[in-house]
Amino acid sequence: MNIIVCIKQVPSLTNVQIDLETGRLKRDGVEPMINPFDEYAIEEGVRIKEKVGGKVVVITMGPPQAESALREAISRGADEAFLISDRAFGGADTLATSYTLSLAIRFIGDYDIIICGKQALDGDTAQVGPGIAEMLNIPHVACVKKIELVDDKSIRVERVMEDGYNLIESPIPTLLTVAKEINIPRMPSLRGKMFSKKAFIKILDAVTIGADTKKTGLNGSPTRVIKTFTPPPTKRNCGEKISGAAKEVAIALVERLSKLGII
Amino acid sequence: MVMDYMLSEEEQMIVKTARTVATEKMKPLREYYDEKEEFPWDIVKEFAKADLFATYIPEEYGGFGKGVMGLVLVVEELCKVDGAISLSLAATALGALPILIAGNEEQKKKYLPDIASGKKIAAFGLTEAGAGSDATGMATTAVKDGDYYTLNGAKCFITNGGDAQTYTIFAKTSPSQGARGTSCFVLEKGDPGFSFGKKEKKMGIRASSTRELVFNNCKIHKCRLLGREGQGLMIAQAAFDNSRPGVAAQALGIATGALNEAVDYARKRVQFGQPIASFQAVQHMLAEMATEIEAARALLYASARMIDSGKAKRTSKESAMAKLFCSEVAMKVTINAVQIFGGYGYIKEYSVEKMMRDAKITTLYEGTSQIQKNEIALNLIKEYASKSK
Repeated sequence: MNIIVCIKQVPSLTNVQIDLETGRLKRDGVEPMINPFDEYAIEEGVRIKEKVGGKVVVITMGPPQAESALREAISRGADEAFLISDRAFGGADTLATSYTLSLAIRFIGDYDIIICGKQALDGDTAQVGPGIAEMLNIPHVACVKKIELVDDKSIRVERVMEDGYNLIESPIPTLLTVAKEINIPRMPSLRGKMFSKKAFIKILDAVTIGADTKKTGLNGSPTRVIKTFTPPPTKRNCGEKISGAAKEVAIALVERLSKLGII
Repeated sequence: MVMDYMLSEEEQMIVKTARTVATEKMKPLREYYDEKEEFPWDIVKEFAKADLFATYIPEEYGGFGKGVMGLVLVVEELCKVDGAISLSLAATALGALPILIAGNEEQKKKYLPDIASGKKIAAFGLTEAGAGSDATGMATTAVKDGDYYTLNGAKCFITNGGDAQTYTIFAKTSPSQGARGTSCFVLEKGDPGFSFGKKEKKMGIRASSTRELVFNNCKIHKCRLLGREGQGLMIAQAAFDNSRPGVAAQALGIATGALNEAVDYARKRVQFGQPIASFQAVQHMLAEMATEIEAARALLYASARMIDSGKAKRTSKESAMAKLFCSEVAMKVTINAVQIFGGYGYIKEYSVEKMMRDAKITTLYEGTSQIQKNEIALNLIKEYASKSK
């Protein structure tokens, strides 16, 4: 079973600050990390490999510094890594990113399952995973919380819904985006870290993957951010606090809720 | 800022990995294990998963070949959080050392990879009820009969005893020959005639098991002999030369943990309208603690590097110096940490109470501070004597 995991390097969550003038994230000097949802994707890929054999290839599109995210993925159990990097890829929105990643995946080839985190911490769009699947013309299931069964023809997964979950079966190859319920990622082992230090990271540029640079980076991104702003805090009406002994509070609460027609 | 000891990139990885395991896995459970005195198997599994058992074991046996320094860095980092749970790892190193030092290729291949992976933990059995500082006074015997040795006797105060799977045991093969009559053997849990006695209740390091080992006509094949007959005490001494920096690292880790707690507390605790860190009496205590810890670290790392360089034939003096100084500093620093906490320091809810209890053992086992001084003085005088020839 060959698994490709797509990851993104994002600014470290705890240190993110917003530039109040431009409304953008201050990225300078902020230590980068692997998008947390992508850590679940790596872990799930490694678990499938450990169960049924095969290999885990991890890819990311980004500047040369994104190599450290790939090395971390290797320390967590991935076997190979590709950095998809070219000046022509800069400034990509989700459409251009999906296009570029799908070409890189075609170039790497020979995959059964593609796994992505369900969304990135910075952009928060949740579009790239499904976008890649569309461009590769393969099925996808978003927001997977459990992989029930996997064999060489199909995969059965649970998809998180607001009020439960869907049990979905998909033929292989397929793309999954995973939710945080799916696993608890392991800590990188010392052996993994030492191995990752020596691992060779292959770089794929626009020419190698045969990308039409009109469709990559800023050129290929119809999305334009016109303005970003932090809305001023709005004044809300205060709620009502019901206090007293538990029994009285319960009675008062039921009365209020029935009056409002909620129960 | 921290002092720069020029750790290699791989050594920094060791420190970072150990730190993550210590803070994420060990810290939430340290009070539990101290209270319950249970062997911390679930944490041992985390050490194994992170490959922390493998640092000092040579690469050909599944380790990383990072020597005594590799062991020291792991133990120090873990002990900053807990000096008792970490002992499962440090005592395994002591148990494995005789195999590393004196084992033949077959013995090394059989035992070391499982120790490096953390699949099996080890223990070292030298001390007896009547033979503490004076190991030659041991009464356990190993009598050879054809291809087998039969062991009889008992070892006491054995760290990891009962929980370890692999044991390196010292016994007299020629009782009449004194120091040269002792041999070292590998024993496995489950060997017929090998059983465990009482588990000790202790002041500190309560998460670590300390048991009696009993040999009652315990018959083992001669392939279990490490080195040659009569080399036992030499093997033990060589093991201590490599393991004492491990104890020093344990002491240093505990001391550093206590200093961290003491500085944090002194900055937060307000008396007479100001944080107690603003009082010179407290400042001077903290200054002394920090300086002594840094001096201890410099001595320990220098000793570990010297041992790993392989240039010196014997390193008994240097490893004894590191152990003596670090353990005495640990005791002093933890006592002062409790002092800075005042009454709260005496309460179990605050971790310095445990740190002070855990620190004491480091001045006692693998040779008391007094034995370390004997070792240092003996080697010092020898060195001068050979120079003046």
